[in-house]
Amino acid sequence: MSDHSNDPAAQPDVELEEPDELTGPPTPERATSGPTTPPAAPVSGGKPADENGRWSGVLREIATGNAIISVLAVFLALVVGAIMIAFTDENVQKAAGYFFARPGDTVTAVWNSVSGAYSALFQGSIYNFRRPGFANGIRPLLDTLTFATPLIAAGLGVGLAFRVGMFNIGGRGQMLIAASAAGWVGFGWDLPWGLHMLVAVLAGMLGGALWAGIAGLLKARTGAHEVIVTIMLNYVAYYLVSFMLRTPGLLQAPGSNNPKTPAMKPTAVFPLLLGPQYSLHFGFILAIAATILVWWILSRSNLGFQFRAVGLNPNAARVAGINVSRMYVYAMLISGALVGLAGVSQVLGTVTTGFGSGIDAGIGFDAITVALLGRSTPWGIFIAGILFGAFKAGGFSMQAAQGVPIDIILVVQSLIVLFIAAPPLVRAIFRLPDPSHPRRRTVPNVTKEVTVK
Amino acid sequence: MSIAAHPHALDEPVVLEKTVVVSWKAPIAYAVFTVLLLLLVLFGSRDASTTFRLSAATDAVKLGDVTVPAVLTGWVTVILLAILTVYSVILVQAKRRVPLWLTVVFALVFMFGFLTWAAAGSTIPVTGLLFGAVSLAVPLIYGSLAGVIGERVGVVNIAIEGQLLAGAFSAAVVASITRQPWLGLVAAMIAGVLVAFVLAAFSIKYFVDQVIVGVVLNVLVVGLTSFFYSQVLVANAATLNTPPRFDRIPLPLLSDIPIIGPVLFRQTVIVYLMYIAVALVYIGLFHTKWGLRLRAVGEHPQAADTVGIKVNRTRFWNVALAGAIAGLGGTFFTIGSGIAFNKEMTAGAGYIALAAVIFGQWDPIKATLAALLFGFASNLQNTLSVIGSPVPSEFMLMLPYVVTILAVAGFVGKSRAPAASGRPYIKS
Repeated sequence: MSDHSNDPAAQPDVELEEPDELTGPPTPERATSGPTTPPAAPVSGGKPADENGRWSGVLREIATGNAIISVLAVFLALVVGAIMIAFTDENVQKAAGYFFARPGDTVTAVWNSVSGAYSALFQGSIYNFRRPGFANGIRPLLDTLTFATPLIAAGLGVGLAFRVGMFNIGGRGQMLIAASAAGWVGFGWDLPWGLHMLVAVLAGMLGGALWAGIAGLLKARTGAHEVIVTIMLNYVAYYLVSFMLRTPGLLQAPGSNNPKTPAMKPTAVFPLLLGPQYSLHFGFILAIAATILVWWILSRSNLGFQFRAVGLNPNAARVAGINVSRMYVYAMLISGALVGLAGVSQVLGTVTTGFGSGIDAGIGFDAITVALLGRSTPWGIFIAGILFGAFKAGGFSMQAAQGVPIDIILVVQSLIVLFIAAPPLVRAIFRLPDPSHPRRRTVPNVTKEVTVK
Repeated sequence: MSIAAHPHALDEPVVLEKTVVVSWKAPIAYAVFTVLLLLLVLFGSRDASTTFRLSAATDAVKLGDVTVPAVLTGWVTVILLAILTVYSVILVQAKRRVPLWLTVVFALVFMFGFLTWAAAGSTIPVTGLLFGAVSLAVPLIYGSLAGVIGERVGVVNIAIEGQLLAGAFSAAVVASITRQPWLGLVAAMIAGVLVAFVLAAFSIKYFVDQVIVGVVLNVLVVGLTSFFYSQVLVANAATLNTPPRFDRIPLPLLSDIPIIGPVLFRQTVIVYLMYIAVALVYIGLFHTKWGLRLRAVGEHPQAADTVGIKVNRTRFWNVALAGAIAGLGGTFFTIGSGIAFNKEMTAGAGYIALAAVIFGQWDPIKATLAALLFGFASNLQNTLSVIGSPVPSEFMLMLPYVVTILAVAGFVGKSRAPAASGRPYIKS
């Protein structure tokens, strides 16, 4: 994994393609499979590279069927989820016992269990019709946005790394380190309102950036594969934070034996955006800001140009004079800072009463699916983050109202990503026509270093 | 190490600078560990003696306890480590490589010194420590065998974690229903194969990035097993989630060998199957036609295709085989120890197995040893927390991961993956 032989003879080939790759709509297929592959339809993986703006990209995407694939993937995943819910429902099992006597009962029971679960999912995530008035009914939607906040931030981090051809699986570790750093500033320091929050946010992002930077530095200096390093750093961070949480004087709340920090000081806590009855906090604004920033970095800045060049083809990027190692380090630093922002928003916004070692709440891994679903584009990730936030918010109410375990959300989420990653499969299921007749390579969101023939 | 080992070097000045850094890795690592032990002995002064218990009261052949004074032993080991460090410096200055045996000797001496220091004033049950290490390593070894086969044939298997979990789940359910642990074993293998089929189909047929499929599959399996656990198993725990366990079978004669006997030959069938699996995978990979083809496909699929090997078919079935092995490893968690299935009970063992694959340089024997090392580290933590060691348990638990990072970064030997590992093969 760590060594990639660079065949120097291959580079002129790639170099010729390079300018084309970066000015026109980028087609990662070509970067990976060489010039023999026919130019493929533009893929959303490289959409922001399109200088004509993203709306033309969206239109083209709808035309080429990627958006349809996404919708169908979500639909398929929900169908599988429905089957699982129906199969494990006790009423359905009872009715199925006399299926041949009264098949109608089984159908009714299936309908009740599935529609009950999914309407609870909807009412828990978007609008609750049972509550009086719009102000109360809309609360689930704002919960969704609150859940989406860390998912968007972390998803942006993972997605940015994808675009540079790196796989940041270390979201959990980066979030834990960031949460600890921000939390330590948040409860341990005394600063005026505003400044305190700012310092805490910066401390957290710095923590996440440095933790991810280890992986970037090791990749750049020694070729260590970032997948392994980030996975390992997750565990190191977990044990490190666990240790700090149970050691008085570090992160543990004074006078307590629980591995938990004290509550954040009010000067550091994110203000609630829409008053105390809604959970939405300032972190969401930061998430929007981060989305704009990442969009700007990737499609408007010199750095982003180099990032994408490295992601499409590191060999070609090197020939073009880009310092590839440095890009790896920078990308991991920015990625870690964004994932760190997710950790910060957890401790300063969502759980302000002190946190334990489970503060990451699986967001580090969810972020990977968010980034994949968003196809590594900033606004795609933003929407995917909100979708998964809705699943999370709705999942809790589904569990409470219908007794359907929230784990079903994990199944649905992972199925969505699997289906989206394999458009030919979805097309085969729905018998959709294939836009390019010969089955071509599905676009990997991660472009790896490749030895071109 | 040479420049050639690091083609990632991007331009000339960096290469030159890196050559110096690279060649000094081993001495630097040695020096760090020597200083670490020196600091422990200097500042964590523990004036007592440490006893190493080599056999239990029930053993046929009894060995006496070995008792050493902690402070003196600490100083002796520090001096030994310093000598080894100086020797490695001399080697590097003479432009020679630091041999592997030196690292092994260094690690053993360090571990002896560290144990003596950490357990001062109490007794270390050596056989218990090693027995637990082998037990904890069982899922890691099965997982790493699966990982080795997968990567050797060119498919990165991040889904080992999912395969272990699926194996643990189905073994528990099937064994509970049938009251037959052997059927649970078969069910676990089937579950592992099913996960592997998805991995293979998506990565080989649909060319989805293998790391992505692996990560997503792990989430999927966690979701599926947790869902069925909460929804079905909890309500029917008596019928569906009370797995019978495999009994420990002491092998005649072998189990009476001092130290080795109780550690290796008083285990369950799962462990004995593991010995066979390690041997078979090793022989199969390096001494049979199957292994040659498998490695050819993983190293240079074009060449393999040219001589008539069906690349994608080879990959598909070997990934499935690896899935069966990983699923088998999952049985350790439930029917291997008679524990009911629980949510996410593998707790990252699959990721450690992945680490063992890389630390073991994609070699079944070395990966097994790496897995044993990781098992040892976690059991050392258990043992030390029982006898009350001054080292916070978290730092012991961190050790395998830190060691892996160092290994991947090239501090511990050179690791080179099979050339085509992780790349889909598209016939042109």
